[in-house]
Amino acid sequence: MSDPTTDPSRRTIQRYTPNERTNHWVVAIVFVLTAISGLALFHPALYWLSVFLGGGTWTRILHPFLGLIMTLAFAVLAAAMWRFNKMEPRDWQWLRQGRDVVNNREDRLPEVGRFNAGQKLVFFVFVVCMLALLLSGIVIWREYFSLYFPVGVIRAAAVVHGLSAFILICAIVAHIYAGIWVKGSIGAMTRGTVTPGWAWKHHRAWFREKLHATHPRPRSD
Amino acid sequence: MALQSLDIVRRSATTTSSPNVRQAQTGTVAKLIDTTKCIGCKACQVACMEWNDLRDEIGTNIGAYQNPHDLTDQSWTLMRFAEYENPDKGNDLEWLIRKDGCMHCADPGCLKACPAPGAIVQYANGIVDFHEENCIGCGYCIAGCPFDIPRISKRDHKAYKCTLCSDRVAVGLEPACIKACPTGALVWGTKEDMQQHAAERVEDLKSRGFDNAGLYDPPGVGGTHVMYVLHHADQPQLYNDLPADPHISPAVSLWKGATKPLALAGIVLTALAGFFHYIRVGRNEVHESDEQAAARETERARHE
Repeated sequence: MSDPTTDPSRRTIQRYTPNERTNHWVVAIVFVLTAISGLALFHPALYWLSVFLGGGTWTRILHPFLGLIMTLAFAVLAAAMWRFNKMEPRDWQWLRQGRDVVNNREDRLPEVGRFNAGQKLVFFVFVVCMLALLLSGIVIWREYFSLYFPVGVIRAAAVVHGLSAFILICAIVAHIYAGIWVKGSIGAMTRGTVTPGWAWKHHRAWFREKLHATHPRPRSD
Repeated sequence: MALQSLDIVRRSATTTSSPNVRQAQTGTVAKLIDTTKCIGCKACQVACMEWNDLRDEIGTNIGAYQNPHDLTDQSWTLMRFAEYENPDKGNDLEWLIRKDGCMHCADPGCLKACPAPGAIVQYANGIVDFHEENCIGCGYCIAGCPFDIPRISKRDHKAYKCTLCSDRVAVGLEPACIKACPTGALVWGTKEDMQQHAAERVEDLKSRGFDNAGLYDPPGVGGTHVMYVLHHADQPQLYNDLPADPHISPAVSLWKGATKPLALAGIVLTALAGFFHYIRVGRNEVHESDEQAAARETERARHE
């Protein structure tokens, strides 16, 4: 591997490893299939989406299995990303300055680690929704599990399932938009790398961590 | 079982109006089940099997008359037997027999819950029917039903229940169970006529000491097109847990009511918010100055 620091205009910083990228895109692809099949069953205006899975009956058969794959793949990703998503005091300050965030005034914001507070918040919304979807989904999975639950629990689970799916879909829409909005983010998840300027601008604390990992400071003691 | 001679007034998972120019001018239909005349012979069960070509598995006798033990995809009607010791009459034993099956609600919870367009329909005459060719087998109808009636077949994973012999009714015949009943416990006609007949029966029962006799036509589901005359209309639960006040569960109303349009609007608004943010505020890009600042900092780190 060539030293990325030799030519400042060419070098890049690795943001996501090939495994992390694969994991992310497995979740993303399965999420799209799960979401369109779920929406098809959620609102009659979207029933036409069932054609993508081969009709209504196939949608009913496949949706729960897709949901299982999605939650499993997400669990692996979440476990890997958990330690980078812990809320810190500077994250709360970042959130309080939401107006600066949406208006691209990043110079006024506190320094950001590997993930910013918005990403961390979205991360925890994903975790909670995925868990709620998994548990409620098992209850309303008529073919294998519904017979073990009383009808009141099944009805409540249907509400929880719809509600958590709604929140998850909105959060994913925000997540996708953030990728379109902040240029360079999609490259980070496809190529795996970002430019030093990108890291310096959006994730300065993480940039410095990376820097000092490459150029360890001499010990002062 | 699509029936062109019956007009559909309501269709599952359909947001526009069903063709309903033709109305049930002579009134809707109803089956009246007079539990006070029922002898539990199960002729209705046999007639149902025969007309609808249903053959349930041979079950086991558990020392009770009730057979099969529950409704199934092959048993759309079932005599439920309850032994009740009436405390008001010196603990006299009363054998309360109720013919269970779809109640054909005016406000059907199954239809409200169903996500498959046209899998459940309500005809102008009041019958609620499943069109299994459109059924996807999700079982939402079971969650929607206040009476625990629909059953999913293990063979084809479609939902089945009493059709009120919609195919017979469409050509002017009464349902098979009505035709078979030997005691007149099952009566068929317009809903209005059946209410009138029931009123006469209730009056007769009251004169014989059944002070709480009455008609079971629960308003919580908009009334039903299968009604009962009960000796103890004040305690319907005595009849194998016939619900006292059935209605579509608030959870189902929430899930299939306000949630649907609001959630859809929420998702669309989220996407629009993103789009207009992009138009108004615009992309967040890294500039050459950022790269230079990063390079300067890298240089510093190298020389520290």
